[in-house]
Amino acid sequence: MQIIQPHYHAIARTAQDYERMAMSGVVAVAEPAFWAGFDRLYPETFLDYFRQISEFEPTRAAEYGIKHYCWVAVNPKEAENPELSHEVLKHMPEFFDKPTVLGVGEIGFHKTTKNEEEIFEAQVEQAIKYDQLILIHTPHLQDKVRGTKRTLEVLSHMNVNPERVWIDHVEEHTIRGPLEAGYWVGFTLYPITKCTPKRAVDMLEMYGHERILVNSSADWGPSDPFTLQQCVVQFRARGYSVQDAIEIFHNNPARFLGQNPKFDIKPIRLETIEEVSSNLL
Amino acid sequence: MMQTALQVLDREYLEARCSLVELAATFDRIDRASDEEESSEFNDSRLDLLKQALALLGEKSHLPNRSEQMLLLFSDLD
Repeated sequence: MQIIQPHYHAIARTAQDYERMAMSGVVAVAEPAFWAGFDRLYPETFLDYFRQISEFEPTRAAEYGIKHYCWVAVNPKEAENPELSHEVLKHMPEFFDKPTVLGVGEIGFHKTTKNEEEIFEAQVEQAIKYDQLILIHTPHLQDKVRGTKRTLEVLSHMNVNPERVWIDHVEEHTIRGPLEAGYWVGFTLYPITKCTPKRAVDMLEMYGHERILVNSSADWGPSDPFTLQQCVVQFRARGYSVQDAIEIFHNNPARFLGQNPKFDIKPIRLETIEEVSSNLL
Repeated sequence: MMQTALQVLDREYLEARCSLVELAATFDRIDRASDEEESSEFNDSRLDLLKQALALLGEKSHLPNRSEQMLLLFSDLD
């Protein structure tokens, strides 16, 4: 089955991931810009990072027949440094013209501070100005409810088209607000701190299949890109068809990301081929 | 050297949180499936056992032996 991994931090992973993902049906990955595990000091470090994910990673993925796309942004954690963030923002539009850059992300809140909010708003404004897709991170654990609520409040005062915004890492206690407001949402399958494959399938059963993305967000932490395949297995084990699975794990990412014409993978449908034996002709 | 209680909690809080949320989701899943069946209320002795085990989890015990008690609860002792 063909799968699109819509949130994957390739720079933190080895090529073995690519090889195994290719063997398990992954045809494309999208890499948001994120926190590298330490706070960077220089704007130039971000720009080199953006070069890495927009120029180098596509070549590494292509070795395994996987298409690699990316997003650029100052992540919520480092947005706590507004001076640094504004310097990076000055250069972000240079990357919007790159052939695999899909939009601005992942942005949003980490601890829901004033500084984070200032940079979040600035990045949403930049995305609107340059007609970019938007990917929003929501905070971890005890900070998630407050951060998600504030995210929706901030967006409600901005001129965004909800269909072009993906609010990620939602769980059972935060899914309703973003979905009801018309945004896309993402379930992140991440050991211990986010969602599990079973709970993701539960939410698919409760909220339907529209405007929902499932991803692993695999990064430098104890994460695993193959939780996505585990989720496919869990979904199929509950009796859903391969085409149902394709709708969620391939076609939905193709629909959302495909709003940027650079993402050229289209939704697919399984078909039975009626073959007639030549002996009967 | 034994870990302190704080060290244990620091190390295992998130894992325990995750296990509890997963368990809650399991009970939700059973309830949703039961609601959809539209027959009489779903009864199964294993479900009762799970609920008894949950109650055991929250009990204050003078001995740290909840896992032993839980395994005994799930055992055929006759």
